[in-house]
Amino acid sequence: MRVIQHPVLGELQNQKTVTIYYNEKPIKALEGEPVAASLLNAGIKVFRTTSKRHEPRSIFCAIGRCTDCMMIVDGVPNTRTCVTPVHSGMRVECQQGAAPIQQQEEPK
Amino acid sequence: MKQMEVEVVVIGAGPAGLSAACQARMAGAQVLVIDENNQPGGQLFKQIHKFFGSREHQAGVRGYEIGQKLLEKTIACGASVMLDSLVYGIQPDLTLGVIKKGENIALKAQKIIVATGAKENYLPFPGSTLPGVMGAGAAQTMINVNRVLPGKRAVMMGSGNVGLIVSYQLMQAGAEVAAIVEGAPCIGGYGVHAGKIRRAGVPFYLGYTVKRALGEQSVEGVEIIQVNERFQPIPGTEKLLKADTICLAVGLNPMNELLWQAGCHFDFIPAFGGHVPLHDSNMETTICGVYAAGDATGVEEASSAMEEGNLAGVAAAEALGYLSYEEAACKKAEIQHRLDTLRDGPFGQKRRAFKEQQLADMKAFDQGSFMGRMQA
Repeated sequence: MRVIQHPVLGELQNQKTVTIYYNEKPIKALEGEPVAASLLNAGIKVFRTTSKRHEPRSIFCAIGRCTDCMMIVDGVPNTRTCVTPVHSGMRVECQQGAAPIQQQEEPK
Repeated sequence: MKQMEVEVVVIGAGPAGLSAACQARMAGAQVLVIDENNQPGGQLFKQIHKFFGSREHQAGVRGYEIGQKLLEKTIACGASVMLDSLVYGIQPDLTLGVIKKGENIALKAQKIIVATGAKENYLPFPGSTLPGVMGAGAAQTMINVNRVLPGKRAVMMGSGNVGLIVSYQLMQAGAEVAAIVEGAPCIGGYGVHAGKIRRAGVPFYLGYTVKRALGEQSVEGVEIIQVNERFQPIPGTEKLLKADTICLAVGLNPMNELLWQAGCHFDFIPAFGGHVPLHDSNMETTICGVYAAGDATGVEEASSAMEEGNLAGVAAAEALGYLSYEEAACKKAEIQHRLDTLRDGPFGQKRRAFKEQQLADMKAFDQGSFMGRMQA
């Protein structure tokens, strides 16, 4: 699904590839691209499910406005994957429903 | 909380914001541009098509090249750009609440230029939340910026310029466009764009709308249906199209939440995407010292956004004393002339009339006679 040759933008070249993990499964990604792009390239379409009806969701706006592409990234739920760049070894999980409320430490 | 002070703060590093920043900075003001994204340029970098208009509007130059030049100009003139930073509020004393990577900053500004752009409209129908249904702009970001196909075979809803251009760009990227579906009886965008797609063999279904998207976990097809002149579906006219992607190109609406929050007064102009802030010919809103520019003041296109940004930048610099009345008037007249040429022709004249209405409503507001506008 990668656009390698392009009549206007030319050939995609010199891109460093890294490995990220989607639900523990390794995936090749281009360093610095949004997580959502890596997943679409790998043919992964469902990014999260809704909390009430458990319906699948994927990218809608791809500019960080809607929240359809939210996933658990490196343990952080509700991460907008369309505006979060990948890095080597990143762990991405499909978010099932609403994320649990995290207990934060009191500021000292 | 960290405190900062700046003369001019520009919110949004897209075409309008960067243009405003350049104008204010070149006049001598201290300028900080803030953007929540990790790279500046707004949506220009996904525009790989050549722009229209005249030479002074860089006609024939591709959007991302215009963005690159604008960025270089911004850096060269010495405006600061702060990325990964979210403005979450504007106080009455023009202090901004900003979060930069978890750090909270109170940023005191003398002038604020809000250039926050627009977001895509949604179209509800059964199956419209399925993975594979996305804004046409989202598909455009994926193919042109991230170099990934969102799907192999797409159906485009809407035949305005966005629908037409993104359909063509999907094909350039190697995807198939199954059809362009348009509720109106005629094509919405420029004929030159439509012609290119028609010649490539893409069918147009005019006077059709989507009935439902098919699929369980993601889009597998779309059922379209003919509508009558009152946009009501005609039973028995359904058609099934095979597709894994449905792109919605059904308009944009301004992102002006910060202006609402700041207490600005609004107009209601459906042709500009709905609620738009009242502003004067300096792009200053009903809150003194808060300016707006670009799609946030009414959805048009990148060229007019840049000119509105220029106006706001000049006006803010003038208000701070960096430009004399005469210098500013001269610059503003040139910009206004270029704006008027953009708002010309069969597509532009309507926008020009609506912009004039927006300005007239601001005058009425100042005189105490603007009571708001309801949908006709």
